[in-house]
Amino acid sequence: MNIHEYQAKEIFAKYGLPIPMGEVATTPDRAYSAARRIGGPVVVKAQVLVGGRGKAGGVKLAKTPEEAREKANAILGMTIKGITVKKVLVAPAVDIAREIYLGMVIDRAKKAVVMMASAAGGVDIEEVARETPEKIVRTTVDPTIGLRDYQARDVAYGLGLAGNQVKEFVQIAKGLYQAFMDNDASLAEVNPLVVAPDGKLLAIDAKMNLDDSGLFRHPGLDDLRDENEESADERDARAAGLNYIDLDGNIGCLVNGAGLAMATMDAVKLFGGEPANFLDIGGGARADKVATALRIILRDPSVKAVLVNIFGGITRVDEVARGVQIALEETGTKVPFVCRLVGTNEAEGRKMLAGANVAWAATLSEAAQLAARAVQTGRAEG
Amino acid sequence: MSILINQATKVVVQGITGREGQFHTSQMLAYGTQVVAGMTPGKGGQMVLDVPVYNSVAEAVKEQGADTSLIFVPAAGAADAMLEAADAGIQFVVCISENVPTLDMIEVTHYFDRKGVRLLGPNCPGLISAGQCKVGIIPNHVATPGPVGIVSRSGTLTYEVMFALSQRGLGQSTAVGIGGDPVKGTNFIDVLKLFNEDPATEYIVMIGEIGGTDEERAAEYIAANVKKPTVGFIAGQTAPPGRRMGHAGAIISGGEGRAEDKIAAFKKAGIAVARHPDEVADLVMKAAGRS
Repeated sequence: MNIHEYQAKEIFAKYGLPIPMGEVATTPDRAYSAARRIGGPVVVKAQVLVGGRGKAGGVKLAKTPEEAREKANAILGMTIKGITVKKVLVAPAVDIAREIYLGMVIDRAKKAVVMMASAAGGVDIEEVARETPEKIVRTTVDPTIGLRDYQARDVAYGLGLAGNQVKEFVQIAKGLYQAFMDNDASLAEVNPLVVAPDGKLLAIDAKMNLDDSGLFRHPGLDDLRDENEESADERDARAAGLNYIDLDGNIGCLVNGAGLAMATMDAVKLFGGEPANFLDIGGGARADKVATALRIILRDPSVKAVLVNIFGGITRVDEVARGVQIALEETGTKVPFVCRLVGTNEAEGRKMLAGANVAWAATLSEAAQLAARAVQTGRAEG
Repeated sequence: MSILINQATKVVVQGITGREGQFHTSQMLAYGTQVVAGMTPGKGGQMVLDVPVYNSVAEAVKEQGADTSLIFVPAAGAADAMLEAADAGIQFVVCISENVPTLDMIEVTHYFDRKGVRLLGPNCPGLISAGQCKVGIIPNHVATPGPVGIVSRSGTLTYEVMFALSQRGLGQSTAVGIGGDPVKGTNFIDVLKLFNEDPATEYIVMIGEIGGTDEERAAEYIAANVKKPTVGFIAGQTAPPGRRMGHAGAIISGGEGRAEDKIAAFKKAGIAVARHPDEVADLVMKAAGRS
């Protein structure tokens, strides 16, 4: 789960990071009053959960409250990478002498949290990693002892900080690490961490991604979820315990297992079709879950065929078939189905769907080809 | 021969009294696995499917000589279950549980490394040495004994490939599901090393997916060390970046973890790459000179 800049800033501030706090506004008038309260020049920043806000025109400087209203008016309602901006953060503008990148991530290979910093702040760390990897300073945290001062000092010296800045940096790094650990984060980032003209360090941007698997032990964090991060279909699917992601194509996919679900999408594409979604119904799914999944798939009008690919083990084929049957009867859909059902109670499953608008396939590649053809003809033939 | 588990393996099932634990214990017993003990705190003294249940893993080790543990414990208690097993003298721990917090896994894997105990998973289907022993949830009927070693991040894709190979008369030595989490115990290279040294394994199948760079590192390892013919498949070529595709670890982020990079790394290492899962068996047949 990703959270907004303003939410991450609130968390980081609790850990002592020096953050010029702003206010969130949902209308231009509120942006105006926020700017008045803050006083002086402000930055109006779109709160969307996608990168590249600045390049898309979602971050603007405003010298007066009137200007803040204008900028907020331009930014609210604009679309950045398909997401409509509904909130802006109005934050004090800060003079910048230098920009630094500071982030905590999980290093899968080292099986540890790694702190990364770069003297090239303000740019994507991925870009720095690609173009000038020598500018990145890293330190790996041993989970048994945590992030220590000396490690943070080494990184500070590596960034060319000196004197009191080193002390400030150590406090910031340790605060960020603690915020990461306490909240089960998968990423915590300050980009940029700026050196102001008076030499002080200030965190003027914040980003935090949370480990979905850790949310159960932080009940408060789930309230930070932005409903706009997911589509209505994705939200309903999550509520039903389904792994579902919307895509742009026209072949709905219903599969058991995440790997097989991805491979099914890939096969659809390989044989000339376009997947409409990723869907993993999980192991041992019952008929009602399958029916719910199909209801979600079928309410997308662009879906012209549905491919059901089940390799049954714990998942029983007859249960899946019963779910398909329920969804077919309930929705009265004319969309052709292609089914590839292998495994436990396979014959019973097939019998249940006899006479329906269903084509049968023995293998995944055959199913993908039949689904692509069904989109063309509008009929299930196999 | 096989790797990691065989007829001599003695299994304790942690969480044996739960629905999943009980069902899969019955399947393992049917496969011939020696399930010598179960463990559920507070249920010690009970019998489940004629298997004695203990309150702690240490008791199961002491009383029944269990050397391998299989964990079906909900995510919130999974780290504790793994640590208990390692502390009790179990040598090989297989964790099926999914949605274990990543920060828990960082602590657990460090502890296991210090203790010198092997962990498989979490969020994995376990493993099967065909015809000898199963520890986990791979369906019994898909496996037949033979020369193909399989290592995979995906459960159902493993079953698919085993089934297709078995139908073509190509059995498996051991199939190992390493799981779909970003931080896990055993990884591709660990298993590849074992397959490379196992005389019963003549061909290797490696099934990867988007996210991380484990496949790229495994490909380098194969190029440098493995002479056995290897067939690979990568799932997620059509996955959108930044989205978690079911598995916690299956996410393309920061330009890292893309399918095309993994496929390129496989090809560079001389691995035959299948375009879709059905083709994996075809390519193994070809490598075996049987197509």
